[in-house]
Amino acid sequence: MKLYNGGSILTGLVIFLGLVTFPLWFNAGSKAYSQPEVKLPAKEKECIESKEFMRKEHMQLLNEWRDWALREGKRTFVNSKGKEYTISLQNTCMKCHDNKAEFCDKCHNDQAVSPYCWDCHIQPEGLKK
Amino acid sequence: MAKFSKKPIELLQSIDYTPPRTDWMSTPNDFSDGRYAYPAKPEKIEYLMKELPGAFANPREWSPGDVDWKLPPNWKDIVHEGFKERLNKYRSLKVFMDVCVRCGACADKCHFFIGSGDPKNMPVLRAELMRSVYRKDFTLAGKILGKLTGARVMEEDVLKEWFLYFYQCTECRRCSLFCPYGIDTAEITMMARELLHLCGININWIMEPVANCNRTGNHLGIQPHAFKDILDFMLDDIEAITGKRINAPLNEKGHEVIFITPSGDVFADPGIYTFMGYLMLFDAIGLDYTLSTYASEGGNFGLFTNADMMKKLNAKMYAEANRLGAKWILGGECGHMWRVINQYMDTMNGYLQGPQMSTPVSPITGTVFGNAKQTKMVHIAEFTADLIKHGKLNLDKSRNDYVKATFHDSCNPARGMGLLDEPRYVLKNVCNHFWDMPENTIREQTFCCAGGSGLNTDEIMEIRLRGGLPRGNALKYVQDKHGVNTMACVCAIDRATLIPLADYWAPGVRITGLHELVANALILPGEGERTMNLRQEEFEELNAQEEE
Amino acid sequence: MNALYSLVFVFALVLIPLIGVGAAKLNVFFGICIPSTALLVFLAGFVCKIYGWAKRPVPFRIPTTGGQQEPYDTTLFTQNKWDNPSTGPQTVVRMLLEVLCFRSLFRNTAVKLDVKNNVVAYASAKWLWLFAILFHYSFFIIVARHMRLFLAKVPMPLEWLEFGDGIMQIGIPRMYMSDVLILVGLLFLLGRRLVDPKIRYISLVNDYFPLFLIIGIALSGVYMRYFAKVDVIAIKDMVVSLTQLKFKVPAGIDNSFYVHLFLVSTLLFYFPFSKLMHLGGVFLSPTRNLPNDTRIRHHENPWNDKSIMPHSYAAYEDDFRAPMFEAGLPLEKLPEGAEEEAKA
Repeated sequence: MKLYNGGSILTGLVIFLGLVTFPLWFNAGSKAYSQPEVKLPAKEKECIESKEFMRKEHMQLLNEWRDWALREGKRTFVNSKGKEYTISLQNTCMKCHDNKAEFCDKCHNDQAVSPYCWDCHIQPEGLKK
Repeated sequence: MAKFSKKPIELLQSIDYTPPRTDWMSTPNDFSDGRYAYPAKPEKIEYLMKELPGAFANPREWSPGDVDWKLPPNWKDIVHEGFKERLNKYRSLKVFMDVCVRCGACADKCHFFIGSGDPKNMPVLRAELMRSVYRKDFTLAGKILGKLTGARVMEEDVLKEWFLYFYQCTECRRCSLFCPYGIDTAEITMMARELLHLCGININWIMEPVANCNRTGNHLGIQPHAFKDILDFMLDDIEAITGKRINAPLNEKGHEVIFITPSGDVFADPGIYTFMGYLMLFDAIGLDYTLSTYASEGGNFGLFTNADMMKKLNAKMYAEANRLGAKWILGGECGHMWRVINQYMDTMNGYLQGPQMSTPVSPITGTVFGNAKQTKMVHIAEFTADLIKHGKLNLDKSRNDYVKATFHDSCNPARGMGLLDEPRYVLKNVCNHFWDMPENTIREQTFCCAGGSGLNTDEIMEIRLRGGLPRGNALKYVQDKHGVNTMACVCAIDRATLIPLADYWAPGVRITGLHELVANALILPGEGERTMNLRQEEFEELNAQEEE
Repeated sequence: MNALYSLVFVFALVLIPLIGVGAAKLNVFFGICIPSTALLVFLAGFVCKIYGWAKRPVPFRIPTTGGQQEPYDTTLFTQNKWDNPSTGPQTVVRMLLEVLCFRSLFRNTAVKLDVKNNVVAYASAKWLWLFAILFHYSFFIIVARHMRLFLAKVPMPLEWLEFGDGIMQIGIPRMYMSDVLILVGLLFLLGRRLVDPKIRYISLVNDYFPLFLIIGIALSGVYMRYFAKVDVIAIKDMVVSLTQLKFKVPAGIDNSFYVHLFLVSTLLFYFPFSKLMHLGGVFLSPTRNLPNDTRIRHHENPWNDKSIMPHSYAAYEDDFRAPMFEAGLPLEKLPEGAEEEAKA
């Protein structure tokens, strides 16, 4: 059947459909997606809290650590099991998670989020990879 | 005629913008006296059915006040099929039925709503009257879920409601300006009226002019010899005022221009002064023109009935230009006439233009009217503005010093064309005192006279005066603030409807056509000294009145 | 009443996936079947709707003119090119202003009736415009931002968008401005429907339902991000594999995600059959997308009926020949006997 102003309408429609289905054809070129695999520390098997808690709440925890350490001068963290840790990103966290690229960045890049940790913290030279 | 005796303050106090407690689908129709215009005389419908088969139907004696409207037995099918046909012919209708989000931006833009508070006069609800039927008949959700989605079955009361409210819309398009999707209630009203016509529901105030226009060439049914008589009277008057006998060619072949203006100006005060103004202007510049009795109507009440009827009436303009050998058409001051010319004429009838027609060029100034090159029709305000710019008119502005003017933009030239600065330019050049009304009431936001689209009949005077509140109140504002005593306009319907409106809302303001003021200031070659204006009122007295 | 129906309906829609996933473990059904079907219905429905509009002609050019027309003399009058365009490019500008800036809504006024002083006034009322803009742009940004969960490799501009939206650095996870603004916009749009008696009077279930639905979508999204802290890695795994037509339903996804997904699917289902199609319709409105130029250029009406002719001059003269002759008007054909009379 005949369309009126078919040219412009079809052009607009194709652009719209292209945008809506963008993920379909954009992903078609990429290889099958799999969840990022982070490199876990070889020596240490236990983090300061459970794996589930850390997955969900690490950003919250780090934020609190920053506030405690820098604003309140509190340098000791007691975890849910009563164990004590020094509040320090570089000396506590990164002692075990010593590879930012293989640990932090894996998920953050995958999710396209950019935490502002490194706005202030400088990566230890030896850890830059 | 229904008695209307409310005082302005009583009318104002009666306005309540809070809707009734009953939802609108269950609010009954009010067909008391004064709420509707009278239906068409059967012989007018019979005549039009013969002249244009398919558009009109069911000639009979009936009254909207009666319970039985004597509808054809299959009227529901007629409306359904007619609706379907129009949905397929007009993208506008289909899109407007589909996309309204009921944001309510249009709600308080309608002059009928502002003046009445009746929620069905909110443009959105006016359209919902039709959209509810659309949902039931043409959408899946409406068919299944019914009232939950705002759908309703077409019943006789719904049809009657259409008649009430689509004849309380003047197709002024003010709502359309504010609508984020440009939904144009005029378009919806036109479609609803077409459907009503298919069932024989109509008003005489529109149908008689249409029938007249088809036969006699003008709405008023003035026959050619009577037209000539009236013209001669006007020439006599002009002679009495100016001391000069001028000529007005009628039905003559071989002139460059054919001039067409609404017949209202031939007939009624104060339009006749505007008509005299044209004749004087053409004499002053020596325009090679003719008038026509066959095409003696600029307006087109067909627009208010049916697209085919509009086309049929409009076609006379080109037909007569061809017969008389005119190169282009000059059009007079009229509102909906210019909607038709600017947005419909060439599309409908452009193919009828004869080979002698060409892009309009002013024979006086040489100006090419490039913006009319397809339709070959120029608005008199454009034409006169051009003459003034080139200094071709000998004007004595001081003759209009008793005039404290404001300008009413007619809906159609404003929102269906954009003729805003031309008439103001002319007005300011013939008149020393000019003030515009407040900005939300003029130019593209102008308010209707509340008598457009064939509703300028006296039996619905309360509806008209309520609808006239926004215009009347804006007028009152400049009257109080600046002492405005004259409202100029470029529309023949305005010249008829604004008079009761002004008398009611801003008493003391008189209504005039633009070219009445032009001619009052215009010095004709060889004229005597003028002591009176076109209404034959002495300048001395007028000026004395103003001094007081 | 219409508002209440709609609210109850949206609550029911929330319960369906909660029961379906929580109790009946229909993760595949709610995670894959429903959203894919919804997308297909949305695409097909949208195309059909546009096709339905496109196949209908535009018989006349009927732009609503919002300013001075194109003048014959540009030194005398200035055209308002964007509100009363007369060429294609000018019309494109008008449409861009309409679609991107909500030009017409920006004109909005509110009537004020002051009976005591006999004044009808028109106050500027740009709130509707402002909150409509907030809602629509927030919605757009949120959809665009979601692409980080849809695309296997996220392009740079989307990273910037994510960064920009959270640039206020309020709270952890960082608060997105668009999350707040969309809710502010939605609540205003809902509020005015409930508070303004005129708007309440015209509002249908068709108006409240999408508002509640989108509020539900926004709130479930906010809950997932700021409160439940759902496993976005698993969600991305599911979503991206869905776009690659490799269907996976990883374990460990919070039920709130299924609620969110189900509400979005409902929106997609509902969209093409509802007023939400104003998304496409705004481009096709003949009072906006046409130049005001039929006095300048010919516009063809495909169904123009050329058999409709005017009542002819010949018939007119036949009707009135004798009196016209009497009055001395020029005639094409003299009355019978007139010539002889003249000779005699």
